Amino acid sequence: MTRKHLTADGGTGGASGRGRRRARRFVPLAGLAVLLAACSGEQNALAPAGPFAQGPQDLIVWVFGIAVVVFVLVQGLILYTSWRYRRREGDDSMPEQVHGNTKLEIVWTLIPAMILAAIAVPTVQLIFEQMDEPEGDVLTVEVIGHRWWFEYYYPDYDIYTANEMAIPTDMPVRLEMTATDLARSPDLGVIHSFWIPRLAGKQDLVPGHTTYLNLQADEPGRYLGQCAEYCGLSHVNMRARVVAMEMADFETWVAEQQAPAAVPAAGTLEARGRELFGDLGARQACASCHQVWEGEGLRGPAQGPDLTHLWSREEFAGAIHDLTPENLRAWLADPNSMKPMQYEVNGIGMPNLNLTDDELDALTAYLETLD
Amino acid sequence: MTAVAPSTSMGLDSRKLGMWTFLASEFLFFGAFVSAYLLYIDETNGGPGIEIFDIPFTSVSSFVLLMSSLTMVLAHNSHVRGDLRRMRLWTLATAGQGMVFLGGQVYEFTVFYREGLDLTQSPFASSFFFLTGFHGAHVAIGVLLLLGLYSLSLTGKVKVGQDVKTEMVGLYWHFVDIIWVIIFTVVYLIPELRV
Amino acid sequence: MASTTAAAETPRLRPSKPTGFLSWVATTDHKRIGILYFWTVLAFFFIGGVESSLIRAQLAQAELSVLTPEIYNQMFTMHGITMVFLVVMPFAAAFFNYLLPLMIGARDVAFPRLNAFSYWFYLFGGIFLYSSFFLGGAPNGSWVGYAPLSTNAVSNMAFYAVGIQILGVSSLASAINFIVTIINMRAPGMTFMRMPMFVWMTLTTSFLLLFAVPIIAVALFMLQFDAVFNAQFFQPASGGDPILYQHLFWLFGHPEVYIMILPAMGIVSEVMPTFSRKPLFGYAAMAFAGAAIGFIGFGVWAHHMFTSAIGPVPRSAFAVATMFIAVPTGIKIFNWVFTMWGGRIRFTTAMLFSVGFVSMFTIGGLSGVMHAIVPHNAQQHDTYFVVAHFHYVLFGGALFGLISGVYYWFPKVTGRLMNEKLGKVHFWTWLFGFNLTFGPMHMSGLLGQPRRTAVLPGELGATVELYNLLSSLGVVVLAISASIFLYNLIRSIRSGEASGDDPWDARTIEWMTATPPKHHNFDVIPVVTSRDEFWHRKYAESEEGIPVAVPVGASVDEESDAGHDEHIHMPDPSLWPAIHTLGVLPLGYGLVYANWLLVGIGAVWMVAGMFGWIIEPLAEGDDDEPAVAGAAAH
Repeated sequence: MTRKHLTADGGTGGASGRGRRRARRFVPLAGLAVLLAACSGEQNALAPAGPFAQGPQDLIVWVFGIAVVVFVLVQGLILYTSWRYRRREGDDSMPEQVHGNTKLEIVWTLIPAMILAAIAVPTVQLIFEQMDEPEGDVLTVEVIGHRWWFEYYYPDYDIYTANEMAIPTDMPVRLEMTATDLARSPDLGVIHSFWIPRLAGKQDLVPGHTTYLNLQADEPGRYLGQCAEYCGLSHVNMRARVVAMEMADFETWVAEQQAPAAVPAAGTLEARGRELFGDLGARQACASCHQVWEGEGLRGPAQGPDLTHLWSREEFAGAIHDLTPENLRAWLADPNSMKPMQYEVNGIGMPNLNLTDDELDALTAYLETLD
Repeated sequence: MTAVAPSTSMGLDSRKLGMWTFLASEFLFFGAFVSAYLLYIDETNGGPGIEIFDIPFTSVSSFVLLMSSLTMVLAHNSHVRGDLRRMRLWTLATAGQGMVFLGGQVYEFTVFYREGLDLTQSPFASSFFFLTGFHGAHVAIGVLLLLGLYSLSLTGKVKVGQDVKTEMVGLYWHFVDIIWVIIFTVVYLIPELRV
Repeated sequence: MASTTAAAETPRLRPSKPTGFLSWVATTDHKRIGILYFWTVLAFFFIGGVESSLIRAQLAQAELSVLTPEIYNQMFTMHGITMVFLVVMPFAAAFFNYLLPLMIGARDVAFPRLNAFSYWFYLFGGIFLYSSFFLGGAPNGSWVGYAPLSTNAVSNMAFYAVGIQILGVSSLASAINFIVTIINMRAPGMTFMRMPMFVWMTLTTSFLLLFAVPIIAVALFMLQFDAVFNAQFFQPASGGDPILYQHLFWLFGHPEVYIMILPAMGIVSEVMPTFSRKPLFGYAAMAFAGAAIGFIGFGVWAHHMFTSAIGPVPRSAFAVATMFIAVPTGIKIFNWVFTMWGGRIRFTTAMLFSVGFVSMFTIGGLSGVMHAIVPHNAQQHDTYFVVAHFHYVLFGGALFGLISGVYYWFPKVTGRLMNEKLGKVHFWTWLFGFNLTFGPMHMSGLLGQPRRTAVLPGELGATVELYNLLSSLGVVVLAISASIFLYNLIRSIRSGEASGDDPWDARTIEWMTATPPKHHNFDVIPVVTSRDEFWHRKYAESEEGIPVAVPVGASVDEESDAGHDEHIHMPDPSLWPAIHTLGVLPLGYGLVYANWLLVGIGAVWMVAGMFGWIIEPLAEGDDDEPAVAGAAAH
């Protein structure tokens, strides 16, 4: 399968990763007000790219405006007072002993209260607008937080994928989110937070609860985000991506994801890899945690990311590494060196399977066929 | 030595004021436990729930604890009157009733444990044992205080005219009683109405 | 002075020497306990500063690996715990201890030995927390310790749960002590509305502690039993709810914010009038605004949970409540500015820090209102924007105020002045370094940088990297500035200029007595006839309200001052508080390691210590009777 994922820059490929830098717009150091309107990076909360990010932005801009006015007035008053009433050299006179002024007290109680009341009304309105289920056609995606990767399940299409969520543009997406639990994995489930700043604010994933988040992208592109609730050792390595594409492209993507994985021809290196995937002898087999669905039986949730169409994704390992054969081979050889995990301590993450060079070659070759 | 009236701003003994302040804080402590219990009352995780309670048994031990407040008042009254012998008697009686209550709680916990309700069973179990267990710990500390008061009065450290000491222990003891009234109502009686 | 005549007859465990190591261990003098608090705080402030430097070193550039993720996670957790529980709160306690009895005209606090107990619990709690570094690693679950992450067996959060519990006991005991002291031990004539504003804020803070600490105690007990004894409070698998922990934590945690800021507000309310030579503007409004902040502070906790699993109705309710807590805060800010208005402001270092407090705190307040815009809070929450906000409140706010207090009351404690030139260098570098460190964080947060990340992801972009570099450079400035402060402190203690009893022409009665104060504070307890009593003894007011100095002694009605009793009862030193509290260490380790033998040893130790405490009279030759308890003059 060819890569369809567009980056926000309009180019293809160019996934992030250590050492590789994406083209960015540089913003010179300027005043806060200027920067509020500026746009830089694909994880920028100040550059909304959809209505669920735009609404809060529009509200905060004028609240920020009020804050700037208050800031200037109060700081100006402090500076003016400090300057005007500083004690001059040799001045030993005494000031009048003023104890207070009830009228002033009432003024600076009521005026802030009225300003805040004015802010409160649209805030409360928007809270409900943001949280209500969108009307019309809505795509539902279930998001499950694991230590340390996001899993996505499309109930309408029976698709499992990880790290990268494909969505159509111009259509609201309703995320139903929770965290994994003991029934599924040794990860007993901790709180995560799903955050794609350009598409919507963040919402926590709480084990035992279902939380909801609406997002929508106006333009095709690759939108970056990451887990925003501290979730332990590799919290920073738990990234999220949303890949928005035109509806036609999305439908193609769905069809490809729904297809079973390709089975390599017998006798090839890839076929050897497929065997190893299912059986590593005394070592834990890949298949005990990862699913490659070949069309038989039920496609269900697995403990680790679903690999049926691994090579349709651009990044792996919590979306911190570009998915290249070299990176994947290094990962299989020693996962902890590429992402700190706790498999030895409590079974969370990918174990080091002590694979030989031959096994690594075969497994990498096989996984490359899963597009 | 004769007692000199304390010259405090409010004319109230500082130690008593301190005890009142402390007890105000304790109300919040138990309030949080009660909230957790109410939240988890149905979260039994397949284990035993409120049906496990033996209301008649707990009613009896609750009655004993309530009566101990009466003997506590009598102990304080005796002390105020200067009758240290009676004060000691009533103090011991109070401590004794406290110990009966504790014994009842130990028995109750043992029975529940045998019936499959232990701390690690469910949120309901955890919050039940925490709420009643921390109350039990407060009763145990109260018993220690009462026994301390008793022995100090024997050795002459607590004298006639120093009834504020008995009063302090009494304040604490009544508080522990009041908390039990709340716990007994919330934990045992109100859920019973739903069954 | 203390009556020690009976000491010879009854050999007791009581050091009698007024100097030396043992005299500090056994001290029950609120002033010495205050000094102990101060130096302990400085030590922990240094450690917390080192931790923050390591954090900033790691984040100075993208993808650095100065620290491993595990160590980084321990560092930011311990930095938070240290600065909140081991620095800002006890820093305020140092001031409460030293000043409160002096400001209300008392000879000591209501329960001097309980006061020592609070200090030792604080010290041992801090040592206990830090011992975790040598016992398998420090807590690594952030200072909020959210369940179920912190109940996971891999985390070291049992030390957190027990350590904070110990510190909570210390805070609770202090709160009770200060509440009783303020309510019950004011000098004659010192009505509530004549109390210095600092005393008002102490009272409000103590009540907040009184009602907030038991709630965190419950949360920590649950957390610890989940982590160590497999209880099921927050385990979703069996029906437990992680959100309960968040509610309990923040029901404590938000009042905690005001517990940290109100003492600083009290200090600023003392410093500003003195150096403006005007009374505090709107005294009653200030007192009630403080109380209102404390009261509303219990009703806004869920604004820390706007992105958690709570619905739109609580989000709206807590948003509105949060906005309106800005009203009493605004009242305070305007009253401070109008205290300066029309004055003759002397910009000493103490005054500069107070003005800096008002200015920086305003910034933190404004970003706080922005947080209350719930839909956009979803963008700000758990980013560096929030980190910037609470550092403007706690560093730019609380710490500026507390340092202002150090410069202001240093002469009271030592009889010497701190060097003003060094002080001003300290202030300006501190202000600059602070803004350089935390100002850019507003931007890096909005540009998408979450907090508590062990590396700065390169994909965030060069702009974010630049802001992070600036923040890291700011820490260097702050470190230099802090060194200047420390140098000034030590140099001034040794060879500072003598201050005299009243170097600032101050207004409140702690400056009426000797400097440094004698053990019993006042030879004669003053009878208070007005707010700013000392000022009114020095100045009469002309018809236009202009103060006119009065001849020495003319306005002081010596006859009316109370406490001519020549025999002043003071509590004697006692080793029992230190001995008793030492038992908390085996108890704590026992609870962390589920070792019942250690728990037993600790419990028996503490009960035995308590018994020794109870049977030892407060003062030798005294029968432990009410009049002496609390050292009230009679």
